[in-house]
Amino acid sequence: MRSTRTIDISTGLFVLLGFAAILFMVTQITNSGYSMKSDSYRLKASFENIGGLKSGAPVSLAGVTIGRVEDIQYDMGLYKAIVTMRINDKYRAIPNDSDASIYTAGLLGGQYIGLTPGSSDVPYKDGEQVIMANDAIVLEHLISKYLFNSAATPPGESTPAPAPAAQE
Amino acid sequence: MTIVLRELVQSFLTFLERVGLLVRFALRLAAILPSGLLRPKPIIEQVYNTGAMSLVIIMTCGLFIGMVLGLQGYDLLTRFGSEEYLGTATAISLLRELGPVVTALLFAGRAGTALAAELGLMRATDQIAAMEIMAVDPMRRVVLPRFLGGVIAMPLLVSIFIVVALFGAQLVGVEFFGVDAGSYWSQMRSAVELSDIREGLVKGLVFGVACSLIAVYEGYNAQPTAEGVGRATTRTVVISAVVTLILDYILTALML
Repeated sequence: MRSTRTIDISTGLFVLLGFAAILFMVTQITNSGYSMKSDSYRLKASFENIGGLKSGAPVSLAGVTIGRVEDIQYDMGLYKAIVTMRINDKYRAIPNDSDASIYTAGLLGGQYIGLTPGSSDVPYKDGEQVIMANDAIVLEHLISKYLFNSAATPPGESTPAPAPAAQE
Repeated sequence: MTIVLRELVQSFLTFLERVGLLVRFALRLAAILPSGLLRPKPIIEQVYNTGAMSLVIIMTCGLFIGMVLGLQGYDLLTRFGSEEYLGTATAISLLRELGPVVTALLFAGRAGTALAAELGLMRATDQIAAMEIMAVDPMRRVVLPRFLGGVIAMPLLVSIFIVVALFGAQLVGVEFFGVDAGSYWSQMRSAVELSDIREGLVKGLVFGVACSLIAVYEGYNAQPTAEGVGRATTRTVVISAVVTLILDYILTALML
């Protein structure tokens, strides 16, 4: 039988190691690591189609994640999806004519909201609505648009190049 | 034919009886739980026995499970040209499934058998009977601390297992195959939700309760012979493994 002290020390080490592992999991491998609750403000945007956007998706400005999608609701009056975003307080001074678009990260990646700064001097206030919101690009819509366009033009004529997805 | 049928009915009845006894055993443990918590010293000793002593095997197996995941995941994901999702794939599969399940199986093999053999030997050498004669409740004195030690140790072992495995997968994916370290961790971070971690820890806790309960039950109720102790040890591993996998399905269905 080992001495009680050795047992206590090893147990303490084991328990500490266990909690360190839990802490590592909670802070290092999840996106909820940094709290958006206290020091953040809300922005709203309404979209005709949000594609596969989910709550928790990043909100980015020039590729830098500045917040997350907090909530997605459907407005029965407007027939639009209302997306509420939480933006970190560090990025207070976003011009209030900036627009929001839904993009896809990579070919198969998740969707996120990209903000493009406008030129106004007045920043967005807490809870304000983003006026210009561009919908998610749905691949099926693009394909059908492309197909119908090429079917509509008679053969022989040079078809105006259909807007490729890469431009968005 | 009738003999076979009668045997079947008999063994089914025995099975039902065992389940009933196990439930009664669990209820007795639950009843004395508050008083057992007032004496932390033996519990700490058992956390040492079941947890700290299992640490080496848990970490070794975690490392290799992680390395295998890195290898298999890399091979599979390169077919789709999306190696950067290696972190996501390993983290989610470890947190939700492999971490808790493999840890529970190892726990049953390492700590469960030790508990069952120890209690079985106490039974076989009449130590438990001696305690009863001295008006010391062996459930309170011997069984409860061992059970609680296992319950406390399991979620901690699960977390250690998962973290070690994540680094194992990183070792293979990033160091050997050259997946970008930044995308390994950032893709993981963007995909893993707190609910995934919760699922892993809840599973760990439930498996800990189940495996510890089975181990102490089998040991405590072992036949007081050398053969009986051996049988109790074997049954601990077999029943723990089966119960773990069945519970895993139920818990996954509940939390998906």
